[in-house]
Amino acid sequence: MVQIKCNDVSLGYDGKNIVEHLDFEIESGDFLCIVGDNGSGKTTLMKALLGLKKVSSGSIDFADRATGRRLGYLPQQSEERSEFPATVEEVVLSGLVGSLGAKCFFSRSGRKTARENLYRLGISDLAKKPFSKLSGGQRQRALLARALCAVEDMILLDEPVSGLDPAATEDMYELICELNKNHGVTVIMITHDIDAAVRYANKVLYIGKEPSFFTSVDEYVASPVFPARKEA
Amino acid sequence: MADMFAKIVDYFSYDFVRYAMIVGILVSVCAALFGVILVLKRFSFIGDGLSHVAFGAMAIAAVAGVSDKMVIIMPVTILTAILLLGAGKNAKVKGESSVAMVSVGAMALGYLVMSAFSSSSNVAGDVCGSLFGSFSILTLTKADMILCISISAIVLVFFVLAYNRMFAVTFDEDFSKATGVRAALNNLVIAVITAVIIVLAQRLVGSLLVSALLIFPALSAMRVARSFRSTVIVSVIISVACSSFGILASILLSTPVGPTVVCADIIAFGICFAAGKILKR
Repeated sequence: MVQIKCNDVSLGYDGKNIVEHLDFEIESGDFLCIVGDNGSGKTTLMKALLGLKKVSSGSIDFADRATGRRLGYLPQQSEERSEFPATVEEVVLSGLVGSLGAKCFFSRSGRKTARENLYRLGISDLAKKPFSKLSGGQRQRALLARALCAVEDMILLDEPVSGLDPAATEDMYELICELNKNHGVTVIMITHDIDAAVRYANKVLYIGKEPSFFTSVDEYVASPVFPARKEA
Repeated sequence: MADMFAKIVDYFSYDFVRYAMIVGILVSVCAALFGVILVLKRFSFIGDGLSHVAFGAMAIAAVAGVSDKMVIIMPVTILTAILLLGAGKNAKVKGESSVAMVSVGAMALGYLVMSAFSSSSNVAGDVCGSLFGSFSILTLTKADMILCISISAIVLVFFVLAYNRMFAVTFDEDFSKATGVRAALNNLVIAVITAVIIVLAQRLVGSLLVSALLIFPALSAMRVARSFRSTVIVSVIISVACSSFGILASILLSTPVGPTVVCADIIAFGICFAAGKILKR
């Protein structure tokens, strides 16, 4: 089933497009990696998918009208929140706020969803810990649990492993992969890590100096923009 | 000691002392609640700017001879809050500079208007009083108190109902927007309520010291609390304790109310800072 369909989307700032003519479909269960050079518009595209930014032309359609643009995502790591007084539980629960509707407080089932996601990401024991005291990897897990509270079946990740040490990076990838394979969560991931893209993704969207294109992983590896090929 | 206690009991037999205490506590609760949000959203300077605007508006209201100054002060301050918050996003003049501009401009204009047109014989005293809170909290009427109680009640109910949304928007505005929270509306309401609290708190501590009431309890609480919920609760407790203590001390020692309350807040911050270091929070 197609979850998101981008029709000839162009994006940019101040009337100047940085990405043009993007056409792609994301089906449920897909693992899409968005790759490309710095400043090529990967994060801009993600903002457009999240509804934080308007497209300059074209359209982004969501199959599930009920959820509409409500998406959960894992933002790029930032130090901004490192002083924020909040427990892991409070952070994870905040993922549910978008679905409160006219209500003001979380329902029992909402709290259960939050607990389940903490468990799924292996951080149940950290629930009462302050978010600011977590390691980089634990923080990413907490934010991932929050994203899953917002939307069960799709997550958007922006450079999920930047700043993590090799062991934490490996853990993070395993976790994302397991959510994708065993729980059927659609994954859209921006990454610089081409190896990871090839290893985990089934589809690749390349955005960069060459015309953007959307293909399967195999075709991407065979394409002229694949780094190993460029060097050769 | 017993003597002091007797003195306090004696003072509480007067209406104006009781009113001052009730208003002081209510304003402190509201300021402490929204102070946490302002500090975490990094909006502290907006609170400072707004208090100066409230001073300017008060000066104009005084000169214009309006019987109820609130009629001018409240709308002007609320409007400025909305403009400043909107300006933070996409104006030519960057957010913090526009706050500084508006803030200092309002101060200058306020004093100019007061000294040029005021019919009062003691302009310097009037200005000093409105900046540092004079003793006007001890001249509150029953109507003032009822107004303050109703506004505080609204602020409190709003805070409880919007608690989860405010946490989400304060913690991560972009994420909450992406999940369907109306963050812009939330920010607007926070700005309006901040303006209302500032106008109320101005009576207690004066224009220059209002932001102390907003930020000190929140910053103190953040030293010792681990969760958002406990930060909010500790902030309220500290704020109420400092204001009650400050008001009582100012009556007993005949010191100006505003600065005494703020001094209590500074001491509380020092204690929390030390406690935070010792507890390694």
